[in-house]
Amino acid sequence: MTKMAETDLLGAVNLALGRALQDDETTIVLGEDVGVNGGVFRATDGLQEKFGSARVLDTPLAECAIAGIAVGAATQGFRPVAEIQFAGFIYPVIDQVLNHASRLRTRTRGRLSCPMVLRAPYGGGVHAPEHHSESPEALFAHIPGLRVVIPSSPQRAYGLLLAAIRNPDPVVFLEPKRLYHALREDVTDDGKELPLDQPVYLRQGRDITLVTWGASTLEVLRAAEQLEAEGISTEVIDVATLSPLNDEPICASVEKTGRCIVVHEAARTGGFGAEIVARIADRSLTSLLAPVRRVTGYDTVIPLPRLEVKYMPGTRQIVDTAQEVMALS
Amino acid sequence: MNSKSNNAEPDDGARPADKAMNHVARFDIFCRRYIEPEGNVVAELPEVTSDVDLLKRLYRQMVLTRVFDQKAIALQRTGRLGTYPSVLGQEAIGTGVASAMRDDDVLLPSFREHGAQLQRGVSIRELLLYWGGDERGSDFSGPRNDFPVCIPVGSHFPHAAGAALAIKLRGSDNVAVVIAGDGATSKGEFYEALNIAGVWQLPLLVVIANNQWAISVSRKEQTRARTLAQKAIAAGIPGEQVDGNDAVAVFTATMEALEAIRAGRGPHLIEALTYRLGDHTTADNASRYRDDEEVSLHWHEDPVSRLRDYLTAQNHWTKEDEQTLLEECRGQVDSEAEAYLAIPVQPVSAMFDHLFAVLPEPLKLQREYAMEAGKDDQNGGN
Repeated sequence: MTKMAETDLLGAVNLALGRALQDDETTIVLGEDVGVNGGVFRATDGLQEKFGSARVLDTPLAECAIAGIAVGAATQGFRPVAEIQFAGFIYPVIDQVLNHASRLRTRTRGRLSCPMVLRAPYGGGVHAPEHHSESPEALFAHIPGLRVVIPSSPQRAYGLLLAAIRNPDPVVFLEPKRLYHALREDVTDDGKELPLDQPVYLRQGRDITLVTWGASTLEVLRAAEQLEAEGISTEVIDVATLSPLNDEPICASVEKTGRCIVVHEAARTGGFGAEIVARIADRSLTSLLAPVRRVTGYDTVIPLPRLEVKYMPGTRQIVDTAQEVMALS
Repeated sequence: MNSKSNNAEPDDGARPADKAMNHVARFDIFCRRYIEPEGNVVAELPEVTSDVDLLKRLYRQMVLTRVFDQKAIALQRTGRLGTYPSVLGQEAIGTGVASAMRDDDVLLPSFREHGAQLQRGVSIRELLLYWGGDERGSDFSGPRNDFPVCIPVGSHFPHAAGAALAIKLRGSDNVAVVIAGDGATSKGEFYEALNIAGVWQLPLLVVIANNQWAISVSRKEQTRARTLAQKAIAAGIPGEQVDGNDAVAVFTATMEALEAIRAGRGPHLIEALTYRLGDHTTADNASRYRDDEEVSLHWHEDPVSRLRDYLTAQNHWTKEDEQTLLEECRGQVDSEAEAYLAIPVQPVSAMFDHLFAVLPEPLKLQREYAMEAGKDDQNGGN
């Protein structure tokens, strides 16, 4: 059964979860408030009603156990999709992800594996309370044996989440919650997955490469349009799978344009942008016409809502930085 | 902070009668013991003990565990094994618990449960391979669904709950059995997993091998609770103590718990009281924090000699039997150790080959580089 409907990113997540539950009876969904309530954002809306409380499980309030139970069930033939309600609450489960989920296959030389997905809404810009706006992608991208996937459109959320669920290894799937309702597009619920480990060209251009992921794609695409009006042609790449990072398309683009800016919401130092810049330095330094720049969150704690907008990398900063870079060569 | 500043008994909630205080709940913790030191029977023995062959199997397995343990320490002391945690004095727990399990149950052992792993069918050479620093030791041929040992203390409780959830969802009657030490009960994962197991009535057996020491922190410094078994009560799960040096008590308590769990009566916790006669690991020196005198006293509780004394008193065991058994165990352990030592180191590519089901394209270059760099001893050498 295939149907096309206009939906937002949140709706696409819901469609993908429903499709995965429908197609594979070993898929289970678990987390806080994911059942009767359908999740605090409604990502799991209607799933318990349709698939029953044995497959869409409301857990007690215990993040460590949610992740750990997913590990245990995954090793015994299930495909758990565990939700952590906000990325700000994901830190206690890093132990489970780092010490267990990501290394069970290695530790047992392939005897046990961990086909699980840990979903979490992440990022700022929605005027949320304290500890609800974090961007922890770099922490997870540093963990070997783990995939870190971030969608930036409804269609990509659908296809990448399905791919993550069907993948035989653990995936941290971070959903940019600022995009949950920001854009709508037609999503075909055909069960087709999109390839992981594959950055996506969002825009082709010749003067400057803008690399980003998640909600920052909004500002980057806006900046690209403004720059276009000024006669600066940009190529925009959505990294989509941060780890393992396929730097091939990024470096190919930089070798073409000779200029690059990396944009992310998370704090700058040790942020994932640093890895991208390092890859460019490693592979494409001699093609560069100007230094590679980063437009990121500051090395501060993300502020509470009244000051939050001043923290988020904005369209103007990206445009300004692009103009500076262009002026250098 | 030292608990010695307060020598009063822990508060177990008893209150004088008061009209404003309505009694809501009361709990009891029982400790089970059949055979005390020197093999004396202190309670009517359970039905299982009529099976002398079973008792002999328990005894043989404990002796094998101890001989293995001695060999592992000797290999470590001579540079042929890595850091190793001795199970000396705790053999009745691993043997008793694992002997009561079915093959299709799932064991999630802590790092000290070599005895349980041996009984489950992990081979001596695989155990040595693991402690010798080779991941292939956790790719054991025996119980394929069992977890490898858990090194970060207590972080495997939720895995056990997850394995139990898988069993429950599948509708089968096997059980997930997790073993951890007394220190592990201070961790959040312990409470989180117990709590969920209670809510979901998971087929989970939690065994706490309370050996009185978490490296240098004694049981009294670990928790103010009078027993560790009572921690299960808080999650609505039955909790009981058992003399962990009485193999018959451990086996019987485990068997009864597993039967109840298989019958759908939900999770269960057994606190097995024992004593760590050895150092925490070969890298530890326990004389820094506990008296030799205390250790000597606990040798009196030794589970191996206790069951031997019982069997001897019942005329089921002779000095010749003992001699034969020791020779068999030593022969088996020695030949397995030789086999372990003969296993060549893994190729460099092994670092990459089990990271993912299929190695992602971006990692292939690193793999190639590592293989090239690892051709001689220069890369990573010292």
